[in-house]
Amino acid sequence: MSDPSTDVIQGTMDMLILNTLSLEPMHGFGIARRVEQVSRGVFKINPGSLLTALKRLERAGWLDSEWRQTDNSRRARYYSLTRAGKKQLEIETADWTRRAAAIARLLRQEA
Amino acid sequence: MSFPRQLTRGLRDLFRPTARTRELDEELQQFYDEAAADASSRGLAPDEARRAAQRQLGNPSAAREQVRSFGWENTLREALADLRFATRHLRSNPGFATVAALTLALGIGAATAIFSAVYPVLFQPLPYPHAGRILTVWNTYQGQRFEAAFGTFRELQQRSRSFDAMAIFEPWQPALVTATQPERLQGQAVSAGFFHVLGVAPALGRDFLPADDLVNGPAVVILSDRLWRRQFHADPALLGRSIKLSDTNFTVIGVLPASFEDVLAPSAEIWTTAQYDPSKLTAFNTWAWGDHLRIIARLLPGVPRAQAADELNAIARTPWPQFPRPRWASLRQGLIVDSLQHDLAHTVQPALLAILGAVFLVLAIACVNVLNLVLARSAQRRGEFSMRGALGASRLRILRQLVTESLLLAFLGGSLGIAFALAGIRALVALSPPAMPRLNAVAFHPAAFLFAFSLTALVGLIAGLVPTLHLTRHHLQSGLRQTSARASRGRSFARRALVVSEVALALVLLVSAGLLLHSMKRLLAVDPGFEPSHLLTLQVQSFGHRFDDSSPSPGAGSRARWQFFRQALDAVRQVPGVDQAAFTSLLPLSDAPQVEAVYGARFEGDPPQAGRNVFRYAVSPGYCQAMSIPLRAGRFLDDRDTADAPHVALISESLARARFPHGDALGKRLKVGPDNQPWFTIIGVVGNVRQTSLALDESAAVYIPAQQSWFADSTLSFIVRTRGDAAALAPAAQHAIWSIDPTQPIVRVLTMNRMRDRGESERRFVLTLFETFGLVALLLAAVGIYGVLSGSVVERHREIGVRAALGATRRQLLTLVLGDGMRLTAIGMAIGLLGALAASQALAALLYGTSRLDPATWIAVLALLALVAALACLLPAWRAARINPATTLRAE
Repeated sequence: MSDPSTDVIQGTMDMLILNTLSLEPMHGFGIARRVEQVSRGVFKINPGSLLTALKRLERAGWLDSEWRQTDNSRRARYYSLTRAGKKQLEIETADWTRRAAAIARLLRQEA
Repeated sequence: MSFPRQLTRGLRDLFRPTARTRELDEELQQFYDEAAADASSRGLAPDEARRAAQRQLGNPSAAREQVRSFGWENTLREALADLRFATRHLRSNPGFATVAALTLALGIGAATAIFSAVYPVLFQPLPYPHAGRILTVWNTYQGQRFEAAFGTFRELQQRSRSFDAMAIFEPWQPALVTATQPERLQGQAVSAGFFHVLGVAPALGRDFLPADDLVNGPAVVILSDRLWRRQFHADPALLGRSIKLSDTNFTVIGVLPASFEDVLAPSAEIWTTAQYDPSKLTAFNTWAWGDHLRIIARLLPGVPRAQAADELNAIARTPWPQFPRPRWASLRQGLIVDSLQHDLAHTVQPALLAILGAVFLVLAIACVNVLNLVLARSAQRRGEFSMRGALGASRLRILRQLVTESLLLAFLGGSLGIAFALAGIRALVALSPPAMPRLNAVAFHPAAFLFAFSLTALVGLIAGLVPTLHLTRHHLQSGLRQTSARASRGRSFARRALVVSEVALALVLLVSAGLLLHSMKRLLAVDPGFEPSHLLTLQVQSFGHRFDDSSPSPGAGSRARWQFFRQALDAVRQVPGVDQAAFTSLLPLSDAPQVEAVYGARFEGDPPQAGRNVFRYAVSPGYCQAMSIPLRAGRFLDDRDTADAPHVALISESLARARFPHGDALGKRLKVGPDNQPWFTIIGVVGNVRQTSLALDESAAVYIPAQQSWFADSTLSFIVRTRGDAAALAPAAQHAIWSIDPTQPIVRVLTMNRMRDRGESERRFVLTLFETFGLVALLLAAVGIYGVLSGSVVERHREIGVRAALGATRRQLLTLVLGDGMRLTAIGMAIGLLGALAASQALAALLYGTSRLDPATWIAVLALLALVAALACLLPAWRAARINPATTLRAE
């Protein structure tokens, strides 16, 4: 269900969201902005994919959500990491690191 | 994965769709607001900030759809939407929905009901452990199964090595005098190993022991669970107590389990030991050599049936001196050894297989009809699917919609089919002939239902999908362009072929039904040899020790019996409305068992080993007159022929002709039954009578005065010739008999016409089913023809309009469409004729006095089918003739 126009690499969306939320609970736009900022605009997340992913992660039990006031006193839905989510983030991070290192080694060999 | 969370959140979204949508909208709105706030915080002007936020948000409804399509509940929601749409669709096409669902239900219901009924007889293993090891052993007479004598059983039991156990049984009908009326129980007298052969043990008490089966052994009975509950309030203390049956005390030693089913005598409720006397076997004229027993045996594990049959027949071929055999039990014609399962089914098997074949034809017609209907629908809906495709529905989405529709239809037809099947099973049980074995085991058969259901559902599904797959691949666009289907020749050919096959299948069923109907008419027209109308029949018993010949004065019991029956007869003759009355030991066309009816007869001058089987009628004077059996020569029996008078007999015309071809039977002498009895002198020859059934011309018969018989029958059939309605006189006749002795049971009170119909109930059963199936087939074929022609008239609307504009008369247009339909019918009938030829071959065994090629039947059936087809064509043809050329031309 991922939008082809999304710049996020296939399969990394979950990890990016979990990682972003590991700092503090955030609302949807906050997550999108954070990912875009931290990646210096490399990754753009469209809201359809983001909200679908959030729904999926929440169903999986990795996120919790609640409606509360934002800093500028608007109502927003805040997502936070559950304990299972923290564990999942560790698994996905380790997995990604392993794979990225392997790809990096392969690319070095090619060069 | 957190399953509970999946479930609860999914359910919440499913049941509160508006709340979920509102929440989602709010979240998207908030996303937009935050984006706009973020943009303006970076210093953008308000409307520029809004534009930036909109850019970031993209198309909100696309985002909404993307989020909404996530989750299992969404798949379910789409399926429900499909279902709603399908329901709406069927509701807006009630004609199609009704016909399709009814067709499915008829096919499924009929197939399930019939299969459920024949399954216990033909396929289900009998309800005994290792039932395949139970065999039946018959004596052979003229190649047919015939009952065996105790002497034969004893020899086989002692000489054979293949069996675990062997047992005999014969009917036993004791009278139980209850508070209200004397009741005749149905039971069996068996040898000690009977229940062991079946592999059944009593639930309470014990089985028969060999000691129970000795001459003058203890009088013991085992009861069925049903009888125990019905008459003895399921009292466990009954065990060991004695009950009085036919004036004798019997000790109850056991009660069988409730689940026990006696397939050999479905109505049996009580069993006792037969107590044959092996010491009597040296003399041939004893009860122990009477051929009235049936033998069952249980094979030793690992012994093949064929080997056991070979062993028994080897014994039959090689008599041993220590086992002398009389003429009627010489076993020279060998033994018939069969599995119990097949033995039970062998008489009804041809009829049941024919019915099973017929119901498969009905199922085939139902499938063809569904196929036809669905093809017609999908042809009409090409435009709709093209439109939906053009509006962006994916092929998968359209297919899913179609599958939902097909499944909904299958579900409707299936549920209706279950109802039909249940009603059908009840009707089958009610209609089924008395000879049908294992009737109480008939029950709804889920596997048969599933088979019929999946077959029809699959046909519907494939029929719905295949043309659409084709359509979606190539014609999604072209379908839009050509709304009037000019290029649908291929599909309409398929539908025409289907109609042709429907007509062919219907013809096969109709010809079969027609032949059976004709055969039934022929059978009922058969002269039974007596006058059955205005004839009441009652079976009267005589039970009690005063009728025993073993009492101090020999022959006193028989005299007492004679006196009781004679007084009862006189009492019946006094009843107003009675014209004549008589009694007989054997009643024609009744279900009297062969064993009590047939005896060996030998004429004076025949060699000692010669003998022929004859029906023995021990009758009162006036029997032949009351039955209107015509006298061919000599005189009838009358009051002169008492016990002390010279022994005399009447013989049937066929017997006289077989033995005395020159017509000189009168005055000759013969012996019936035991050899040590006096000769009977033939004093008259009477007309032939159909004894066992109208279809069987076994008429060799000997009539002797009941008083001169070598034994007094305990049960006699009274026949009452009435002046008015025979059935109305039944209560008066019963009371007349009870006025002599109120403790004697009177059973099977029937008019002779009822009795005759009951005797043909198996044929009637088959006939009724074939008639029903034939009618259903005819109806379905008519629906098929009508459907195809209506479709074709719609498709050819333009062409017909142009023809009309060019000057075709209404009559010509009518002929055009009618001819089209009748051409299909003719092709179908031609193919069907070949099928019907084959079917009639299979049916030949069930026909009586009717050639399977009976021209009248074939012509009548063809005419009926053609007529119904023409009627089905008429409405579409009439519609075609009324097409207004002006409208058509304007539309162009």
